[in-house]
Amino acid sequence: MRIGVVTFPGSLDDRDAARAVRVAGGEAVELWHGDADLHGVDAVVLPGGFSYGDYLRCGAIARFAPVMGPLVDAANGGLPVLGICNGFQVLCESHLLPGALVRNDSLHFVCRDQRLRIESTTTPWTSEYTVGQEIVVPLKNGEGGYVASEAVLDELEGEGRVVARYLELNPNGSRRDIAGISNARGNVVGLMPHPEHAVEALTGPTTDGLGFFTSILKGLVEA
Amino acid sequence: MARVVVDVMLKPEILDPQGKAVEGALARLGLAGVTSVRQGKSFDLEIDGAVDEARLAQIHELAGSLLSNPVIEDYVIREVTA
Repeated sequence: MRIGVVTFPGSLDDRDAARAVRVAGGEAVELWHGDADLHGVDAVVLPGGFSYGDYLRCGAIARFAPVMGPLVDAANGGLPVLGICNGFQVLCESHLLPGALVRNDSLHFVCRDQRLRIESTTTPWTSEYTVGQEIVVPLKNGEGGYVASEAVLDELEGEGRVVARYLELNPNGSRRDIAGISNARGNVVGLMPHPEHAVEALTGPTTDGLGFFTSILKGLVEA
Repeated sequence: MARVVVDVMLKPEILDPQGKAVEGALARLGLAGVTSVRQGKSFDLEIDGAVDEARLAQIHELAGSLLSNPVIEDYVIREVTA
């Protein structure tokens, strides 16, 4: 199973995302922001970092990168896509996910091991978790406050599209403690914390993040 | 050479922590009575040739997609000098 990881100018966590795919047993395929197609991958990860220096707005310029054309079409057609941190911001700017990420309410960049509750296991990225499962993965962002209109927030909650929620502490002022959401179909997931940094005991606080990558690989094998 | 200025501001209902920080600094520096500060962005576009209706429509489209995110921001085209 081949999982593409897109590198934009300024991406930081593409290597870790690719490594997480390999640790989970998949083949990681490097995708370049200038690529005109997706090289036939079975799913795509948009990694964390500071694409285009976060200039203008986080993810605003990456959204118009050449690779995003085929990616948006494929995502609308059901291709599984996981956007982590900056990748979540790119997905919101691309309108594949509703809402937006704004500057942390504290005005501080926050870097911590964050406890989360997995709230939806119906997405291809979370099927290996159990509903209500608590995990701890790193979180590091300056503009991670999830905002959307009350109507959109109600819709997300009503349709079970809140994928993960912050526990113990809301690190960035996200509405309703939302750490991650999915689109209506469930194939596109955006997540502010970093599961790809928690896949090995040597380098992560836990291995709790591995489930995102084993979920997608298992789902693809069974499909 | 035409000049078009696009101002982008966070929507009123979106919390603006940067504006709040500036508000606090203004008070600390002795400016009394400031009840709110909102921080926005301004884009100065210098454009060769005239800005006709078609071009202005194009600028409106990009002001609403690239320069601002309509989920959290409003834009106004403040000034057009031919």
